[in-house]
Amino acid sequence: MNTILKMAWRNIWRNKRRTILMMLSIFIAVVLSLFTRSMQKGTYANMIANTVKLSTGYIQIHKKGYWDNKSINETFVETTKLRNLLSGDKNLTLTLPRLESFALASSGKHTKGAVIIGTNPKLEDSLNHYSKKIIKGKYFKSNDKAVLVSDKLAEFLQLSVDDTLVLIGQGYHGITAAAKYPIKGIFHFPIPQLDNQLILMPLKESQYFYAAPNRITSISLMLNNPGNEDKTIIMLRGKLGNNYEVMPWQDMNREMVQAIESDNVGGIIMIAILYMVIGFGVFGTVMMMTMERRKEFAIMIAVGMKKTKLLTMVVWETVFIGIVAILAGLLVTYPLLLYLFYHPIPLTGDLASYMIAFGAEPILPFSLEPNIFIIQTISVIIISIIAVLYPLSVLLRFNVLKAMRS
Amino acid sequence: MSIITTNNLHKIYDETIVPVYAVNGISLEFDKGEFTAIIGPSGCGKTTLLNLIGGLDQPTKGEVIIDGTNITQLKQTEIIDFRLKNIGFVFQAYNLIPVLTAKENIEFIMQLQGIPKKDRDKRVIDLLEAVGLKDRMNNRPSELSGGQQQRVAVARALASKPKFVLADEPTANLDSKSTNNLLDIMLKLNEVEGTTFIFSTHDSRVMQRAHRLISLEDGKVQQDQKIK
Repeated sequence: MNTILKMAWRNIWRNKRRTILMMLSIFIAVVLSLFTRSMQKGTYANMIANTVKLSTGYIQIHKKGYWDNKSINETFVETTKLRNLLSGDKNLTLTLPRLESFALASSGKHTKGAVIIGTNPKLEDSLNHYSKKIIKGKYFKSNDKAVLVSDKLAEFLQLSVDDTLVLIGQGYHGITAAAKYPIKGIFHFPIPQLDNQLILMPLKESQYFYAAPNRITSISLMLNNPGNEDKTIIMLRGKLGNNYEVMPWQDMNREMVQAIESDNVGGIIMIAILYMVIGFGVFGTVMMMTMERRKEFAIMIAVGMKKTKLLTMVVWETVFIGIVAILAGLLVTYPLLLYLFYHPIPLTGDLASYMIAFGAEPILPFSLEPNIFIIQTISVIIISIIAVLYPLSVLLRFNVLKAMRS
Repeated sequence: MSIITTNNLHKIYDETIVPVYAVNGISLEFDKGEFTAIIGPSGCGKTTLLNLIGGLDQPTKGEVIIDGTNITQLKQTEIIDFRLKNIGFVFQAYNLIPVLTAKENIEFIMQLQGIPKKDRDKRVIDLLEAVGLKDRMNNRPSELSGGQQQRVAVARALASKPKFVLADEPTANLDSKSTNNLLDIMLKLNEVEGTTFIFSTHDSRVMQRAHRLISLEDGKVQQDQKIK
């Protein structure tokens, strides 16, 4: 085997320029693929993190049927048993109970439909940093009997801090929910659609307003390691039983998941095309290397070398070229990606404003997901295998005498 | 006792158009330790006969029996293995493996045979000494002269202690000094190791030193003459 490896290694350097060119082409493909995939995956992760933080959390617990029928009647009581179960899970960094429903918000002659979120001010702030989004007034406390109103809604209702907001809606089991609340603060929510209709109030007060004491619509969960999402869901489903639904963020944000998937497929197709071009180059070179050594192969077989050994040697030649190219690609790209992972590229101009408006950081983040590196390595191995198909077919049909005469 | 027997050996090319009888009914016997030259004009069938004996080509008719084995009935994989264990080859154009040094070229066949390193090393050194190239053992073929390359090729052919060595015009590309040198080595190995040599040639210097001369014409044996 040693001799086979030695011969394969020396063979690839018989035509240095050609080998270096072939390695360079694979190297460039690896670098480009790693860079673009890392950027794509980083962007997706950032999008997911933003969405998860701003709305659903990684996992949500609801009463069974709530997601399909978002009604104040589909609430549940956050029992001590449930709280103990969640606090005992080390993978959960935050559990945030919310009571979400709708109401008409009114002031003077102006009325508009609004989304009311009853939440724990402290926990909500640790997740969404609402206190930093306050543009007028102050952030609220859990015992306040006041509300925070989003910027555009306040503008529509022509209200400001300390003004009174009238809310009318339907409470638990058909009870009329109606109340007046002073506005403690006005915040700017980065998603324009929500900035038009969002009202935050302390959880206790929202339960009072909707006549749903101790009831909540959801518990949002943040995870220590999002990679353990599936495990946590399985565990929760097992322990909570059939009265609850445990939903991952993907099920609650289908549009975004689809957008990511279609963009991801686009990225994969681009890289597949790149590898195909490189693959043809490698195939052509291996074909040339085989053709010009037909006589040499014939001599080796004549003196007693088995075709399988000869093929092993040719396979190693391609593998060596692939290994050197991919190692060089990884060595060059990994430190760069590592740097960009910790120091994402800051965006400026319109793009930055656009991202800020949607609540995302104006950065181009990069990912160091191991899969990115593994898939590139596998791609190069596949190219090598395809490239070896030609020598394999030649050797299977090899006529020693004809080749010796060539 | 004969180690090679050819019975009514035929090799006919282009049978459907105008048949060319490259080998036309040759029956020969070669004994162990022979130093035989197959001679004749170009196209008389020397190389074809060697290829048939070496199992590199299949006869149209007839059989080649080596030490009791009818090699014309062996499968492709069996014949490769048979060649590895029984036959040494020396080619006109040396045909050493260009990426291996002289030492590695000689060692290569023994490695294919699975001979332990210790035994290989000793055999390689012995052979390099025998062909007078011990000081060039780490040189690659491109760094050796034609004569030196052919001496390495002879050493390679003998490395695995084959039953016989087939040499197709081994001196065709050599000058007279190298030719004499190579013949000295081959004769010495023939005497010392008892190796059977069968070679094709139309070099008179080789013919003069052969122990048996088989003359071919139009694929047939014209004369089979034992000199010593």
